[in-house]
Parts: sequence; C-alpha cells; structure tokens
Amino acid sequence: MNGSDGCRRIYVDNAATTKMSQTAIHAMLPYMDGIYGNPSSLHSEGQRASEALVNARERIARCLGCMAREITFTSGGSEADNQAIVSAARLGEKKGKKHIISTAFEHHAVLHTLEKLKKEGFDITLLDVHENGLITAKQVEDAIRPETCLVTVMYANNEIGTIQPIAEIGAVCRQKGVLFHTDAVQAAGHLPIDVQKQNIDMLSLSAHKFHGPKGIGVLYAKKGILLTNLIEGGAQERGNRAGTENIPAIMGLAAALEEACAHIDENAQKLIRLRDKLIAGLSEIPHSILNGDAKRRLPGNVNFCFEGIEGESLLLLLDDKGICASSGSACTSGSLDPSHVLLAIGRVHDIAHGSLRLSLSEENTEEEIDDIVKAVKEVVEYLRGISPIWRDLVSGKKEFIIK
Amino acid sequence: MALYSEKVMDHFRNPRNVGVIEDADGVGEVGNAKCGDIMKIYLKIKNDIIEDVKFETFGCGSAIASSSMATELIKGKPVSQALELTNKAVVEALDGLPAHKLHCSVLAEEAIKAALKDYYDKNGIEYDHKLFPDCESCGHCCGV
Repeated sequence: MNGSDGCRRIYVDNAATTKMSQTAIHAMLPYMDGIYGNPSSLHSEGQRASEALVNARERIARCLGCMAREITFTSGGSEADNQAIVSAARLGEKKGKKHIISTAFEHHAVLHTLEKLKKEGFDITLLDVHENGLITAKQVEDAIRPETCLVTVMYANNEIGTIQPIAEIGAVCRQKGVLFHTDAVQAAGHLPIDVQKQNIDMLSLSAHKFHGPKGIGVLYAKKGILLTNLIEGGAQERGNRAGTENIPAIMGLAAALEEACAHIDENAQKLIRLRDKLIAGLSEIPHSILNGDAKRRLPGNVNFCFEGIEGESLLLLLDDKGICASSGSACTSGSLDPSHVLLAIGRVHDIAHGSLRLSLSEENTEEEIDDIVKAVKEVVEYLRGISPIWRDLVSGKKEFIIK
Repeated sequence: MALYSEKVMDHFRNPRNVGVIEDADGVGEVGNAKCGDIMKIYLKIKNDIIEDVKFETFGCGSAIASSSMATELIKGKPVSQALELTNKAVVEALDGLPAHKLHCSVLAEEAIKAALKDYYDKNGIEYDHKLFPDCESCGHCCGV
C-alpha cells in the first residue's frame, strides 16, 4: 500500500476499520445510479430495490445460520448493541426482571447503554475478565439470578482480541431461560458463527470490520424476541427500525460477509502465522508483555504493553515510518484514563499508557511483519532513551512492573 | 487537518536539548506515570544565566514537543526571564496545541519552575514562594 506521497504504508489497524474489498465496492455500485429506487415504492424501480434487499437479507442470514426475517439492518455495531440491550431490558422489566450480566471490558456501545439502564434502576453485574482476558461459562452460570433478563458478552474483544466461549455461555443461558446477546463486531467474517448451534439469541455486527462499507450493521434477533425501536418513523425493517434502507451499503455488507465467510479458514490460517511471528518478534523487546491470551485470540490481533514509554508518541513515530497502528493510551483518546480494557485485565495505569495494538488483515505479508518488528524495536528504544521513567527503572531507582 | 502543527511535529521528531546534565545546578521533575506524562528538566546556571538546559520526557507527542520548545525558550536567558516563562508562550511558540493537550505546556512551565526552585533551594537563595504554584493549578491529573 502506498501513501499520498508514494511512500510505502503498512496498514495494521484493521480492528479500527478495514479497506473495502473490490467485491464489496462492485456489489454497491449498481445500487447508486441504476437500481436507486426506494424499496417501499410500488413502481418497478422501487420493487427492484426491494428484491435486492430481500436477496441480501437471505444471504446474510445464511452466513449466520438464521432466518432472513431475524435480520434487522442498523447503522452499525453501536446501534445494534444499543437496540439489543434496550430491547432485552424492556422485555425484562415487564416481568419484573431487572438484572443484566456483562463483562468489564465490553465495547462502550454496550457499557454506556448498561450505565444508562443502571440509572433507570437496573442491576448490572460486570464479570471479571482475568489477566488473560477470558471469562468462563461457569462465571456466567454463577451470576445468573431469577431476575436476570439478559447476558451480553462480546464474542471477541476489540483491543486485545480474546475470544470468549460463546457456545458454552449460550448453552448456559438457554438452559436458564435467559436471553443471550453477543457483540460480534470483531468476530463476524473472521470467526465461524452459527447462532443456532451457539444458542445466540441476539448478535451485533458491522460491515466495515470485514472489508464492507461503513455506516451499516446488522442486529440478529431470534424469532419471537420483540425489539424496541430506537428510531421512530416508517415501517421499514418490519417496523423495528425506521428510515429508508441504505441499499448500496446493505449490498456491500452482504457481498463482504459472504466473501469473508467463504475464506474464513484459509484467512485465519494465514493470519495466525503472521500474528504469531509478530508476537514472537515483539516479545524480544525487554520489559514488554502481550495483552490477552496468546492462543485464544483473533487471528489478526496483537496487543502489547511496553514499559517506560507512552503510546501516542509510539504511534506518531510509527506513522512516520509508514505504519498505521493504534494504542490504548489516554493521550490518544483525549481522556485521562488509559483503555478500560487494559485496566480490566489488571494492567496498571503506568504501563497501560504504553500499549500498542496491531490488527492484521489478509493483505499483510511476512516482509511487512519483519518491517513492523524492526520499526517498533527502534521506536521503543528511542523513546525509552528520552524517558525519565526508563532512566529510573534501569538505574534501579524504581522497580520494573513488567519483569 | 492534522492533530498537531508542523512546529509541534518538528519539535517532536527532532527534540532540542534532549538528555541529562550530570552536575546540574537545578533539577525539576513534574507529572506522574499514572497520568501518562513526566517531564524532567536539568539546568546549568552560571552568573545568573541559564548556560545549558536538558530534558527527559515520558509522554505524548505534545509533551515531548512542549519540553523541547520550553528548553529552547529559556536557554541562554537570565534566571529572572526563565521564571517568567508561561505555558501560553510555549503554546504560541509551537503554533498552538489542541485544547486537550494544553496541560502538556503547563507541565513544561512547571518543570522549568521546579528546576529553578531546586536551584534556589540548593544555593540558599531567597525567593517569593508565590512564584511557584503547586501542580494542581494545571488542572490535569495531579489533583484527581
């Protein structure tokens, strides 16, 4: 990949967003200037758009193992998470059930929605995710009470990539008769999903995480689950989500998801090889630590903390070397606290500021991995060289946190 | 628009006066690792003039650039002038900082004041304590 100045760029921020695939782009184009009708219109132009919508919904349903009518299109993962949780809460409170179980390191789309419900009087249990970033089905089982109306656990974490035992959690929830939602934004298109086999009642996904367009997502809700509208208006999406359907984006989503699912195993194999090579390379940096379980993590996710440096400086210098990455440092978010995910797995503030997330795609190469390892080593060494903390650590004035 | 001005990026990429003065006449360290930024300033003072100044910084791009610019602004100046350095002057010299990064310039001002205070203390020089406000005035994280 080349930047605007012709310099080679290495994009390893695919957990933030991905480049659109040619397949997705070409699937969208006809619906911008040819088949541009409103699916709610009665005329032929409208009906052709309506047929496309039906077709896309069926194809997406096949990828998830559900029925087309169980798919609701949303503006993305955040809206899907909001709608799933609010819907379950409204169903729960009708029966006097106002307890929700989740984890401490969910995406803010989940955590902030739960905080809102807490203010309404809901009781929220956030399960400990341990140092390896994993919860167990037993933890969920132990936390379920008679008044629990929802368990919401992310499929794979967006920062440290850890993959939760979704099928096992689903089985516990089904047995206890509690609704189970999973935020699968990082998992869809990258890990196999079968909502029936995994006993998933509701699931959120977002197209731009698997080479589809931005601004479009899906909420899967098992037949019989009454959804609460977040957006009032027309009767689109079986009355569950008002607003004219974004047909080009929906066609892009369907094409990107089908393509990703068709290559899921070969992509994972390739990515795991690159990922483990990158982890091995970065592990050579003294006083560094991998965040999240080494194996039960997304095929493309690498996340490290480096002691004695700060993440934003690291990102800026890597950008100068052509590498696009991300960090959980407070300075990159504009808040005072570093990533809640890193704090949830027990990383203290001091080292959470020095985190680096590299999220790979199938387009990355072995050679790029070598270049990344070399660049990160250089930049970390340089920043440590001008860091007063590092001086104190090396001189023994302070103790290393990462041994 | 980029996050930082060209000036900030220049001082971040090529920081001036990075390093340590072993026999410094004054040393000041402010900030803490919990908040994600620490600045340490070393001063060499002769005949009331700041002959040499070095810094070490753990922090984001604007923290490194602010330290670099602040050292440039006081190098070769009389102590009395260095004491008058404000975070505003650092920000202006850097062609501005994003609002949520202004505390970095405050930290730079405070690091220099802390080093000057250390110089006064070491040499038994009398001074007005009001010249050295505590670090809570920056409104960053020390008071949190």
